Amino acid sequence: MNYAYYPGCSTQGASTDYEKSTRAVCAALGMNLVELPEWNCCGSTPAHAVDTELSAALCVRNLDIAARQESETLLTPCPSCLSNLKHAAKRMQNPEARARVNELLDNPAASEFPAVTSVMQGMAAHLDAKEIASRTRKSLSALTFAPYYGCLMSRPAEIMKFGDPENPTLMESLLTACSATVLDFPLKTACCGASYGIPERSMTARLSARILQLATDMKVDAIVVACPLCQMNLDLRQPQAEKAADTRFAMPVLYFTQALGLAFGFSPDTLGLEKLRVSADSLLRKLGTGAANAAGSR
Amino acid sequence: MSNITDIRLKRDAGFIAEVEAASGQKLSTCYQCGNCTAGCPAGFAYDKQVNRIMRGAQLGLKDDVLNSRAIWMCLSCFTCSLRCPNNIDVAAIMETLRHMARKKNMVSVRKVEKFWFSFLNTVRAFGRSWEIGTMALYMLRSLRVFTDIDLAPEALKKQKLPFKPYVVPNGGAGAVGRIFKRYRERADREGVRP
Repeated sequence: MNYAYYPGCSTQGASTDYEKSTRAVCAALGMNLVELPEWNCCGSTPAHAVDTELSAALCVRNLDIAARQESETLLTPCPSCLSNLKHAAKRMQNPEARARVNELLDNPAASEFPAVTSVMQGMAAHLDAKEIASRTRKSLSALTFAPYYGCLMSRPAEIMKFGDPENPTLMESLLTACSATVLDFPLKTACCGASYGIPERSMTARLSARILQLATDMKVDAIVVACPLCQMNLDLRQPQAEKAADTRFAMPVLYFTQALGLAFGFSPDTLGLEKLRVSADSLLRKLGTGAANAAGSR
Repeated sequence: MSNITDIRLKRDAGFIAEVEAASGQKLSTCYQCGNCTAGCPAGFAYDKQVNRIMRGAQLGLKDDVLNSRAIWMCLSCFTCSLRCPNNIDVAAIMETLRHMARKKNMVSVRKVEKFWFSFLNTVRAFGRSWEIGTMALYMLRSLRVFTDIDLAPEALKKQKLPFKPYVVPNGGAGAVGRIFKRYRERADREGVRP
């Protein structure tokens, strides 16, 4: 089945491993991702923090391209892109706002857009947990995960429609389908510090340290995430969090698509595991899939 | 008693109406339970806590609210909106206050705004954001040359940062540039800071 696909800028730069693993896992599930031609940045936090209509116009240009594709659903892996696209689509339902957004565009936008949803929800809608389990080549039963969604995936609830905004459980159902142990992680929707890593490092260091500390105390093998910015704050910036908390975590932070990909038998290379700052080798050893010992994997 | 007189003198009824219109929220429904403040993950970096910002907005204390550091350190995580017992979208009010402060050039934490525009300028130029470009522009604007320099070796080794921007092809980058151009022109026409 074809799905219109909006990768978002992070997946082209700092998070190419999210992109690689998303494409691999979707292909394994029979989901054909058709990338939007000439898509542009959604504007992320800076655009909506500066001006709602500027943010909406940047998003609507993409929604308008998607409206011309033959697809009912537009998928995106990034919660920030998802949030912006969804907010923009909602804003366009107000005629006054719509006129002001259209003023910023080359041509007025289509009157209707395809539904926008996360890759994670797209997977769950495409196949149920039983069918996902049937595609597992390698059980993840040796691994224990802390599921971490971040702020935006489930909030605001009425726009994101991701289940309980403080206790989403979709990632758990996907990972447990692959026989992983997934703990009830109390900080699963806490904030990692978002884009403040650059202007105000103490913010991200402190908030990410809290999440890393709890996962460490719960003795998980990895934190599993769905957001490129959360991943960067928890993984690439992990030394800054360690400094702020005066401790050492050494906690691997995987995308949920990388975890699923391991279960589907993809090689660490196909899933971009070498991009992780904190190595996932400890997980591979438990699974018996050493980086150099990828026999039997795709 | 001087505080009460002070509040009465500083009250700006037009400001209350403006915040309510832009945010779509009714400020008077806040009864100061403090749930927003209790759940705010960024509160440690605020000068005034969220419930105090809410009270200030309710009372029309425009300058107090718009000059606060809090509105710039808000992470837009929506925890406050989620937990408000009166269903006030508090995050939308924080965002509205940021917009108003920016338009009136009352930005109390300039580095945050500098970061946003460093990011947006790469989008305006190429149609997509570009990490190294954002970092370079931010260093120039903020004169903080060593920002995140500790991350560079690992980020470069792992090839996490492309050296070249991706330019949206087939006129896409130009179309995005024109969105920014029209946005600026409209702000000029309306007499606000873009």
